[in-house]
Amino acid sequence: MENLVKLTIDGVSVEVPAGTTVLEAAKKAGINIPTLCYLKDINQIGACRMCIVDTGARAFGAACVLPVTEGMNVKTNTPKIREARRVNLELLLSNHDKKCLDCVRNQKCELQQMCQDLGVDDVDKYKGKMNSYDIDDLSPSIVRNNNKCILCRRCVAACVNTQAVGVIGPMGRGFKTKIGSAWEQPLNDVACINCGQCIAACPTGALYEKDSTKAVWDLLNDETKHVVVQPAPAVRVALGEEFGLPMGTSVTGKLAAALRRLGFEKVFDTDWGADLTIMEEGTEFINRVKNGGVLPMITSCSPGWIKFCETYYPDFIPNLSTCKSPHEMEGAMIKSYWAEKAGIDPKDIRVVSVMPCTAKKFEAKRPELSHNGMQDVDEVITTRELARMIKEAGIDFANLPDEDFDPMLGESTGAAVIFGATGGVMEAALRTVYEIMTESKIEPEEVEDNDIFTTVKEAARRTVKEIVNKTKLFMAFHDVRGLKGVKEATIRINDTDVNVAVAHGTANAAKLLDSIRSGEKTYHFIEVMACPGGCVTGGGQPIVSAQKRMECDPKALRAAALYLEDAGKPERKSHENASIMNLYKDYLGEPNGHLAHELLHTHYVERPKYKK
Amino acid sequence: MELYRSHVLVCGGTGCSSSGSAKLIERFEEQLKEKGLDKEVKVVRTGCFGLCEAGPVVIVYPEGTFYSRVKVEDVDEIVSEHLLKGRKVQHLVYVDHKTHESSVQKSLNEIGFYKQQKRVALRNCGVIDPENIDEYIAFDGYQALAKALTEMTPEQVIQEVLDSGLRGRGGAGFPTGKKWQFARASKAENKYFVCNADEGDPGAFMDRSLLEGDPHAILEAMAIGGYAIGASEGWIYVRAEYPIAVKRLEKAIEQAHEYGLLGENIFGTGFNFDIHIRLGAGAFVCGEETALMASIEGKRGEPRPKPPFPAVKGLFESPTNINNVETLGNIAQIILKGADWFKSIGIPTSTGTKVFALGGKINNTGLVEVPMGIPLRTIIEDIGGGCPNGKKFKAVQTGGPSGGCIPASMLDISVDYDSLTKIGAMMGSGGMIVMDEDNCMVDIARFFLDFTVDESCGKCTPCRVGTRRMLEILERITQGKGEEGDIEKLETLAENIKSSALCGLGQTAPNPVLSTIKYFRDEYEAHIKEKRCPAHHCQALLNYRITDACRGCTACARKCPVNAISGNVKEQHVIDQQKCIKCGNCMATCKFGAIIKE
Repeated sequence: MENLVKLTIDGVSVEVPAGTTVLEAAKKAGINIPTLCYLKDINQIGACRMCIVDTGARAFGAACVLPVTEGMNVKTNTPKIREARRVNLELLLSNHDKKCLDCVRNQKCELQQMCQDLGVDDVDKYKGKMNSYDIDDLSPSIVRNNNKCILCRRCVAACVNTQAVGVIGPMGRGFKTKIGSAWEQPLNDVACINCGQCIAACPTGALYEKDSTKAVWDLLNDETKHVVVQPAPAVRVALGEEFGLPMGTSVTGKLAAALRRLGFEKVFDTDWGADLTIMEEGTEFINRVKNGGVLPMITSCSPGWIKFCETYYPDFIPNLSTCKSPHEMEGAMIKSYWAEKAGIDPKDIRVVSVMPCTAKKFEAKRPELSHNGMQDVDEVITTRELARMIKEAGIDFANLPDEDFDPMLGESTGAAVIFGATGGVMEAALRTVYEIMTESKIEPEEVEDNDIFTTVKEAARRTVKEIVNKTKLFMAFHDVRGLKGVKEATIRINDTDVNVAVAHGTANAAKLLDSIRSGEKTYHFIEVMACPGGCVTGGGQPIVSAQKRMECDPKALRAAALYLEDAGKPERKSHENASIMNLYKDYLGEPNGHLAHELLHTHYVERPKYKK
Repeated sequence: MELYRSHVLVCGGTGCSSSGSAKLIERFEEQLKEKGLDKEVKVVRTGCFGLCEAGPVVIVYPEGTFYSRVKVEDVDEIVSEHLLKGRKVQHLVYVDHKTHESSVQKSLNEIGFYKQQKRVALRNCGVIDPENIDEYIAFDGYQALAKALTEMTPEQVIQEVLDSGLRGRGGAGFPTGKKWQFARASKAENKYFVCNADEGDPGAFMDRSLLEGDPHAILEAMAIGGYAIGASEGWIYVRAEYPIAVKRLEKAIEQAHEYGLLGENIFGTGFNFDIHIRLGAGAFVCGEETALMASIEGKRGEPRPKPPFPAVKGLFESPTNINNVETLGNIAQIILKGADWFKSIGIPTSTGTKVFALGGKINNTGLVEVPMGIPLRTIIEDIGGGCPNGKKFKAVQTGGPSGGCIPASMLDISVDYDSLTKIGAMMGSGGMIVMDEDNCMVDIARFFLDFTVDESCGKCTPCRVGTRRMLEILERITQGKGEEGDIEKLETLAENIKSSALCGLGQTAPNPVLSTIKYFRDEYEAHIKEKRCPAHHCQALLNYRITDACRGCTACARKCPVNAISGNVKEQHVIDQQKCIKCGNCMATCKFGAIIKE
């Protein structure tokens, strides 16, 4: 029985469970308390002092960290509170560069929004000396501009707590406090995994992706090149948000249309690469099981995870699947298979990947991911960058007609699209591995009242109610879906119990690996995604403000859209993808065969935590 | 134990140590040996006597003769005259600033500086050898711990402390017994008892003296406190800048272990208590309890929001009680002599005594311990001996950078927690900085704010940016660039920072500004509106002028680095105000007092 606490906020009586913060209780009472440093589930430190409320104590308390108490009488909207919040905001502005017009976060900036909400009428009221910092843009993935930093430390919390990486933190003190890496090293020289969760956490333009749009525009303008594009599964369920569509809207058809209108010669789909990945990775797993290979085998789709493993858990490198990630596989196929079929010299092909991910920018540059001196993928842009390009091109995205991806490397199954959600790769792999190993068929099923899926189902219902009720959303392997940090399942395959686990967010991955190291757990197959929630909430996806995160969970809503797309597909298992089967028959031979190994598999390197 | 006819107590406190008392001890020992007196006279290096201004201090017992400013070359004379022949060395005996009376016929406690003092926390400082546990035990040391462990329940110990009315001496004045009660009420396997020895106020050295002069008193109090709240582990967080204190604490812990007064099964009662020392790297904010705990844990020294309070979730996530050094200095006495005795000192709402570090423009710079409720005037005028050089007293800053200034008109205020808070000052940890007519109050506010700006941890917005903006305004004002509306801007920022900063450091940082505006608004206005510093302190607002007392010696003109002074030999010189950079060289050079600043 939950212990309820009764309190009054601005005269409104609310009853909430003990341990609730005043901020959450206020939300329940219909009051939005302004916040900057608060980020649900990630950062609760009471530092920015925007959410201060009057409880009658000597000083104002920060609602984000103040637990409710019985009979508490909270005032959030007094002249003094409004004044104090505004002064604190104006103080932040006095050490912020205020160059909004050319800021990548213009109109999507929480600081900017706050100025409007709190009625700031003079941004220079407390004008004084400002700190001035060099912009750190040496990382292939992430740019840090401390001139826009308001020291909310959301990025630090994401890096330290959510990701267990901790390469950024507060340095110096007082007015000279800044966020940086040890010994003032650039992000590129420290053991950053390029995941971009810091960017997703940043309320301002102090952190953003290394822009590649200019390079892509240049490619598109180069008539000597055949420029082809492939968007990742997670892009299609988030891109719409950049154009005002509700969170969780799937825009697959519009995405294909928009890419075509941008001028890409071929609009392929990384989903195709995902199906191919399942064929390779599934086969690799079956072989490892049959031949006594290194187990547990761990997925290798997430480049943030790969770098995490190479840096922090190098003893698990032999466990990593040797499969390239889907877009790298697809890039390799474009420059070999498609080039051959289309009669184009691979040297004249340029592959652009649209990814929900900043680590993919780093991955694309890895020397191992190349063939004949050509990188498999030439440029990576994030979902956000694609949105900027669409806007720049004047494409009316929301009103675009739906189009299909180009054939040969554009057809995909439902198994591929769920790659974008945590557990998706595992589920997709199990659908194939199970059927191949047991030589039986699994059928779609409808599951009602299953706790594990409640979040996903409810999220789905909020957006597209009628579809959910009609569709058989689930197949099997229920336990790998959902938002629990570490998920486990045991699947009976023939006479063996196969133990699988899924972790998302590298802090959860670390926990999982620790439990294996200590011998506490044994698994056969593990999926790890660097970002919490998987690719749908990757570091390159549309940024969701802290206020919005209090109202809904982008992890669940975007994942729901993927699961719906899966349910709507005629084929839902990778080995049922006719195009992929044709690829093997026509070009590659066997999964894990000689050519497949040459083109679709890779190796890893141990990376030092500290630069020597 | 050997018996001596005479004891020579040489102060080994911070002030006297830095003015060479260690050399005095060496010389005394040499001389006594040479004269064959080393079996009759014992030299003891003690903690601080308090009257640092008169250091190095030597006291010869049994007479209680108080020698001040003793140099190494004076030692021979004290040995041959006083110790050998029994004749006091008149010219070395301390002379009272105010009465000009030599203390040759008086013993220590009759001297003006000591007469009005009441030593509870500092009872052993300057009396015992702090590095010798036997001396502490000889002065009833560890008796209180024995009493608590063998005769009292933890609840009774807490009740005694509660009844005594003891309030936290670190600044905030929270009732110590209540704190202990909260920590006791928290149920947990591990609890910690922490001593906050991160004394950081500029000019304050109460805790330092206590740790250096009587380290066992702190250990004993911590053990008593540990017993009361149910903790078996203690931490002392002490600044690395206090090497003598650290060394003596380490030694004291070692000795207490040897005697079984720390460690396992103390007094055979089954109570275990151990103490660790953690050195702080000198961040002021680490005196704030949550920042202190973060620092002990090895994290960045930054405060976190309360609740949860340390008594619920403190060090290493366990219930923790934190007390300041001076607070702990009172505990053993309270247990031994009882709450009623303690309450009889001071006033009902502020019981006991308080130690202050007197500094600034005052004759008797040093450490004083007075009963609570004593008029401020008594401290400044009688004990402190007033301002030097006959200057007029202007104000006193209590509570360091977190406190406020008290103007001359309020000198009769009672020194207790509530009275001081009421007028915008605060008790604070006990720094008391005296200002005379030459101090500019705007500049004083600037000075204290400069300190807090420097020491802000940078976590919360109002403290990180707000104090910095206030400092910039104050700098502007003192440089003659103040603008209409600056005072109001300062007030707005100050009120906002006070009410919305995360921790005590930020919440109190604006106090020096608010209190100087409150009591010396006219000085602010003079700076802003008339571009004038009434105290003739702010360089940018000064004009140097040569009066008709000038003899035309040309010394000033030759010293002036920018050739702003002209005039013929033996004629009155003139300063070109356009050229003058107000360095003050001319004024320092003039032998005739012919140059004035205005």
